[in-house]
Amino acid sequence: MSLASETQLETLAPHRPGGKFARSIGGAVLRILLPVLLALVVGGIILLALGKSPFAYYSYVLERGLFNWIGFQATLTRMVPLLLMAAGLIVAFRAGIWNLGGDGQFLLAAVVTAALAPALIQVMPRSLMIVCCIVASVAVGAIWALLPALLKARYGVNEIITSLMMSFLGISFANVLVKLVFRDPTTTVPQTPDLPVEDRLPRLFDTTVHAGILIALAVIVLVHLMMTRTAFGLKLQIVGANPRAAVHAGLNVAWLTVATFALSAGLIGMAGSVEILGVWGTVRADWNPAYGMIVVPLVFLARFNGIGVIGFTLFFAVLMIGGESAARRIGVPQHYVLVLVALLLLFLALVEYLDQRWRKRVKD
Amino acid sequence: MDVLLTQSFLTSLIFGAVTAGMPLLLAGLGEQISEKAGVLNIGIEGMMLFGAYCGFVAAYYSDSFWLGYLCGGLGGMVVAGLVALLCIRLGLNQIVIGISLTIGFEGLTALLHYVQFSKTYPRLSPAPILAIPGLADVPVLGRALFAHNPLVYLAVILTFFLGWLFRKSYVGLNLESAGSKPAALDAAGVSVLATRSAAVLTTGFLAGVGGAYMANVGAGLFVPFMTNGAGFIGIVLAMLARGRPVWVLFGAALFGISLAMTTALQVAGINIPTDVVQMLPFAMVMLVLVIFARHSVLPPALGLPYVRGER
Repeated sequence: MSLASETQLETLAPHRPGGKFARSIGGAVLRILLPVLLALVVGGIILLALGKSPFAYYSYVLERGLFNWIGFQATLTRMVPLLLMAAGLIVAFRAGIWNLGGDGQFLLAAVVTAALAPALIQVMPRSLMIVCCIVASVAVGAIWALLPALLKARYGVNEIITSLMMSFLGISFANVLVKLVFRDPTTTVPQTPDLPVEDRLPRLFDTTVHAGILIALAVIVLVHLMMTRTAFGLKLQIVGANPRAAVHAGLNVAWLTVATFALSAGLIGMAGSVEILGVWGTVRADWNPAYGMIVVPLVFLARFNGIGVIGFTLFFAVLMIGGESAARRIGVPQHYVLVLVALLLLFLALVEYLDQRWRKRVKD
Repeated sequence: MDVLLTQSFLTSLIFGAVTAGMPLLLAGLGEQISEKAGVLNIGIEGMMLFGAYCGFVAAYYSDSFWLGYLCGGLGGMVVAGLVALLCIRLGLNQIVIGISLTIGFEGLTALLHYVQFSKTYPRLSPAPILAIPGLADVPVLGRALFAHNPLVYLAVILTFFLGWLFRKSYVGLNLESAGSKPAALDAAGVSVLATRSAAVLTTGFLAGVGGAYMANVGAGLFVPFMTNGAGFIGIVLAMLARGRPVWVLFGAALFGISLAMTTALQVAGINIPTDVVQMLPFAMVMLVLVIFARHSVLPPALGLPYVRGER
């Protein structure tokens, strides 16, 4: 595989952050809102075809996910893993590396935390236990991405495939760990020993939202600052924009590739850890929320912007939480949300294309 | 361990390997055609899934397996048509579109399945089998290799036909140049966009037929998310086959065996969780990639939209 093809294959991201980003706020809002609207409309047509009222569905989703206090707290809680995974993907995507193995990294890290936490809490205070668990999970996530990283850095093997394969492998491996290694012998359904509620991440004030939301917000802002304001971030962006130029600029592309992969997978591992420490306290066999693929479109919608992704994560968490209620009440399965995300991404790409053509025409 | 070596066990293992390897073979061959022409078809998982759904519905309502394959192939082509329109015509990012098509058709087929079949879970009757006279009577291997649904033999013939097509025909030459040097193809007066579109539509058809085989013959029913990464394994096969269809066949056989092990070991009463065995095919992919990493070859213009006159 030649370097040139790699270069261009990976610089096809919808929009690279650049000098003209603030060209027109109106245009930017339009380019974000239009795909959302189109996706909702086409999604609504699909709902109609299924014999459901789109208005009833959407208003129920909004009411349950956003305007209802209990629902809104659930939405904020759901944002935590999504934000941390988005942070991991932003690091990778900005460096032009397609880490699509999020699900495996997330689950393995979650299992490690679930196994460590109940044991560690016996011998150390909660705060120290939480730090230990998060560090271990970050390491596990990073290790799981090592093979794709090395194959990419050394031989240029397409990391989309390798990270996906490692993801499938990791999902099964996590199940093996839960069923054979870390299994709590006292339960009938295989699961890891439960972490008592009082030993989990503390709740904020009187809400059901756990402190993970603060970690997630801090991480996403830090990642954004790192990518946009530090030398390391600049290096990664150069590798992403043009690996060949990066080599000429004297950057160690192989090392940066491995570092990016480790950082990206580590952050995704942190998502798994925090989700267990904050919400579940245990991993059941065959548990897989499959956030990995779903976060990809959000990161694209936000155009790899860490601050922008917060808004999209909120939007999507509302959809998920509201959608879960709607699945029970209105009888539209959760899978509908997948269709909506796909439509969103499709229309995003289309609107981007039309916008570019329009700009070209104006220039000519 | 005696049971592992009995004739019937070996026969059922190899039979299962062929059944499990077939969708991978078709997906791999399809992906190979796309990749040769310079299109990285990440959406192949979506094509297989929609093919599986369409194929199952057609076979269920018509009782005809051949109509099932046809509709499965057409279903795959619908998804491929979107790739052709968005990625080749409009030049949008092939990875973004590929992922969104896979996610979208995962959701859509799951929705349709929920509406139509979630209460009844209908099954098809066992697929018709064509035993090749003579060969099928060979002990152990006969029933395992030569008593399959006719589509299996067609797929093997297709493998060799594609081998000929790629090397000896203008079509193969056009595909090759659409992926390696699109500008040269354009200069020779052949439309790059048309060549690539045809390649992607063919991929969609093959992947769709593979999905239909998986649902109708392999499982006998449609289950949401049933392809479970088969499309992605197809991409790996195409990557490692370096443009040679025969290698896709070997690869598909290898993965077919590791998939068939999942069921075979359970039948044999060996007590390991299915998750361990489910890791086999993916561990195999990684192993193969680590060993042959430096040999995987992709065309230079892979993933790039072609715009005339642009460098």
